Amino acid sequence: MGVRLPPFQHLVDAHWRDVARLAHALAGPVDGDDVAQQAWAQALAAYPRLRSTTNLRSWLLTITHRCAMDAHRGRARRAVPHDDPASLAAAPATVAAADSALPDTDLWRRVGELPDRQREAVALKYVADLDHPTIAKALGCSPAMSRRLISDALATLRKDLP
Amino acid sequence: MNTSSFHPSTDPEDQLAGFEPAVRPPTFEPSDVSYVVEDTPIGRMLLARNASGAMVASSFTPDTDAEDAVLERLSRAVSPRVLRMPAALDDVRHQLDDYLHGRLREFSVRTDLVLATDFQRVVLPRLAASVHYGERATYGELATRVSRPSAARAVGAALGANPLCVLLPCHRVVASSGALTGYAGGLAAKEYLLDLESSTA
Repeated sequence: MGVRLPPFQHLVDAHWRDVARLAHALAGPVDGDDVAQQAWAQALAAYPRLRSTTNLRSWLLTITHRCAMDAHRGRARRAVPHDDPASLAAAPATVAAADSALPDTDLWRRVGELPDRQREAVALKYVADLDHPTIAKALGCSPAMSRRLISDALATLRKDLP
Repeated sequence: MNTSSFHPSTDPEDQLAGFEPAVRPPTFEPSDVSYVVEDTPIGRMLLARNASGAMVASSFTPDTDAEDAVLERLSRAVSPRVLRMPAALDDVRHQLDDYLHGRLREFSVRTDLVLATDFQRVVLPRLAASVHYGERATYGELATRVSRPSAARAVGAALGANPLCVLLPCHRVVASSGALTGYAGGLAAKEYLLDLESSTA
């Protein structure tokens, strides 16, 4: 006997704000809505095959993270011209430009300047409120590493507080 | 000197958790089950249809508990892809509104008895085919029409749990004494429907 999945609308009603907040934190205000929308489409497509209902919120936010990373990679790829070897050296600047689409506050601008994985870990922890095992799984690392990413990020963010 | 402890809001951890961007809810195309909850003259009703457009539920849901119970049943019996999609039910809502105001006598919607029992799948189509607008039948008469003359009580139970209220007219069946007996939407709703049909028949 399969699991009893709640009506999908209950997931939407309970979690759409959290999905949207994480999508905006990871992809910025320009792409945030698209990323959230894409995450919901993927979740709806996969939903009937889901085998566990123990943490639907984590499941949705992990999908949201993946969609944000796909959008991020797609954007970075499109932004790098292929015929100019010199431009490859400038690729990090292109990524930083994409990140500058983050919320227009001082703190979030500085979050956008963190290394990618620290930035993702910070969003998964503080915006999505996920636990370390879930964050680690989303990032493909160990829980110890996800803690490390966050403490490094916080150290940087606290360093030049006014 | 670090003064941030005197101003909790300047700590990155607090500020990050308080991130509240302007967001909007996702939108969906109609999926496996589309539903709407509608206030009608006979009470709050949940209307639902499947991907092919056939109606799978038309139920009285006075509160959210009743609403959730119907949605859970749909999730199990049809598909968990259950979404609130008022626009996908527009034609049925209009027909229901017309019917409840005496402007429509017959619904033109397809129905699917996926939420019904085997016995209901015998009784409800027979009811719809044989007891027309403005008419009444007794539980015993309907039992005879489905070749189960001694099953008046079972027929009553089958109608009482009708998953497609109003669309399949269980309100037209009354006790042999003429008493209205029971109705999923309450006796006032049953009386409203029978009065409506007798005054516009």
